[in-house]
Amino acid sequence: MPFEWVVALRFLREGRFQTWLIIGGATVGVAVVIFITALVNGLQANTIRRTLGTQAHIVVRPLEEVATAQRQPEAGAAVLPRVQARAQRLRSIDQWPAVQATLERRPGIVAVSPQVTGPAFALRGDANKSVAVQGVEPERYRRIIAIDDKLVAGRFGVQPGEAVIGKDLASDLGIGLDDRFRLVTAGAAGPVDDAYTVTGLVDLGIRDMNRRAVFLGLRTAQALFDLPGGASQLDLKVDELFAAETVAQQVARETGLTADSWMKTNDQLLAALYAQTVTTRTIRIFVAIVVVLGIASVLVVSVVQKRREIGILRAMGASRGRIQRVFLLQGAIVALWGSLLGSALATAMVVVFLRVARNADGSPIFALELDPWLYVSSALGAVVFGVLAAVAPARRASTLDPAQAIRM
Amino acid sequence: MAEALIELAGVRKSYGVGTEIEVEVLHGINLALAAGEFAALVGPSGSGKSTLLNLIGLLESPSGGSYRLRGRETAELSEAELTALRATSLGFVFQFHHLLPAFTATENVTLPGLNAHGPVTGERREAARDLLRAVGLGDRLDHPPGKLSGGQQQRVAIARALSLAPPLVLADEPTGNLDTHAADDIFALLRRFNEERGVAFLIVTHDPRLARRCDRIIELVDGTIAGDRPNAAVRGAEAAGR
Ligand SMILES: Nc1ncnc2c1ncn2[C@@H]1O[C@H](COP(=O)(O)OP(=O)(O)OP(=O)(O)O)[C@@H](O)[C@H]1O
Ligand SMILES: [Mg+2]
Repeated sequence: MPFEWVVALRFLREGRFQTWLIIGGATVGVAVVIFITALVNGLQANTIRRTLGTQAHIVVRPLEEVATAQRQPEAGAAVLPRVQARAQRLRSIDQWPAVQATLERRPGIVAVSPQVTGPAFALRGDANKSVAVQGVEPERYRRIIAIDDKLVAGRFGVQPGEAVIGKDLASDLGIGLDDRFRLVTAGAAGPVDDAYTVTGLVDLGIRDMNRRAVFLGLRTAQALFDLPGGASQLDLKVDELFAAETVAQQVARETGLTADSWMKTNDQLLAALYAQTVTTRTIRIFVAIVVVLGIASVLVVSVVQKRREIGILRAMGASRGRIQRVFLLQGAIVALWGSLLGSALATAMVVVFLRVARNADGSPIFALELDPWLYVSSALGAVVFGVLAAVAPARRASTLDPAQAIRM
Repeated sequence: MAEALIELAGVRKSYGVGTEIEVEVLHGINLALAAGEFAALVGPSGSGKSTLLNLIGLLESPSGGSYRLRGRETAELSEAELTALRATSLGFVFQFHHLLPAFTATENVTLPGLNAHGPVTGERREAARDLLRAVGLGDRLDHPPGKLSGGQQQRVAIARALSLAPPLVLADEPTGNLDTHAADDIFALLRRFNEERGVAFLIVTHDPRLARRCDRIIELVDGTIAGDRPNAAVRGAEAAGR
């Protein structure tokens, strides 16, 4: 072992109590940082997962229809048009199969799913409920939303004459699997009224959606809303979750359609998540500062206590740089130990947390993943901060006057 | 006279330079020491003996004058060069032995080698143990300093000072806190290394009895050399004593 290592390790072993003190401090610091980071990451991932469980990353729709004045002003004359905003009707995206094909080839987009959505009334006997109908192609829709995971009964069957409905809607209508109900819309060509068999019940996680959701096949919905061959929206899935807004803006520019990302639709949520991230970061910084000050103060005391030894080492021919490195190394070693023990402690805390924090039904509140990178980065961070903490003490040790130290 | 190991010409040392309490402790010291010499540095307390020894040991730098160590003018050397020169040319023995308490006797002796030549090899380790046996500590090789008597600790310190076979060992009151018997033993040990290995010694001592057993007695009074005489009778006397 080189000189620095031999001396640093021996000094640490010699000052046993102090060494354990700073290792303890570093351990607690690292554990707090890992635990809080894991907790918040888990919480955020869970929130986003829940939010996006029922939402596409990007939704592409036709532009809103704008009314323009019919009469053009003549030269030299002005027209004061009174234009009334148009009522928006359900429309299809122009040439949507072509748009879909283009989007599918676009880098950054991993799935595209056409939909026809619209309002309708669900009827059974005297019950009459307003619902939101989504007509989808199951294969494509599954790549946007893991709808099968949300089935509480039956299957996701949307062949002609079949429907999947929200579980609360089912109880509102008093129906279950294989029961039939009717959907009514006021189409342009007169009311449409058809009967459907329930093939599956879904729980979308939100009561209101469970009360209103009705899934049909794309073709069925096209007929229901009088949009033959049309699609009122395209749902997109992107590969980089937080790039959704950028991609949406590019898509809007390229296609001339409206494209809304989940980030825009959920801006409040994102602001909350961001605030949370800032809070965690602040806590991490303060923990790091406290640990650095702790290590530094103990090392400073140790430098004072070891003045004589340092003087002897210098008299022996150890250079200033060498003495400096002896103390920097001590900072790094205690920090490394702290990060090892801290990682173990954090893991234990997470295990306990997952055991204690449970929903009423005993299932874990959310998944807490301990990312190996979190450990590696904490260990690296701890060592950097440990060395940083040792800079001032090391400098003091190296500038100590050996002659003075030896005279004592 | 043999080739000069160290040569001081007009060396001055002031403390507190630039402050109100500036004092000159050494006023123009002229002194040369040849390889293999065995010299005593004596003088009243506060006369500047330790200061002179620290200057020679490159632990402090003179405020004026010239100091040449093995032919090199030390004022022209950088801090790093001085450190390297100190590592290979000089050994130190202090009054309070100054061992590193966290290291065993053998480890203390291997430290200078670890510093100068890198990780301790088995060979160097064995050499350190041989040196400890030579100072009479063959049965205390792995003891920590805390478990050794004052005289034994001083022997370890001597072994450490000699571990890189420096041409000159500086000893500041090496027997200062030992009883007469232990002091005699330590002194005999220094003498033996001087005779067997040709190591030069400059020994600060308050004990006139021990000073008389050196080949040369340098007397420092109030920061100037008041006397510097060979002690011709001594070699014969030492030899007769044995
Ligand atoms: N760092 C310093 N600052 C100011 N004065 C100092 C310093 N070191 C030593 N002195 C002074 O220098 C003078 C010589 O001190 P030094 O230690 O060399 O004496 P000494 O001959 O070794 O004495 P002793 O026999 O008591 O050890 C003393 O007056 C001392 O007070
Ligand atoms: Mg002295």
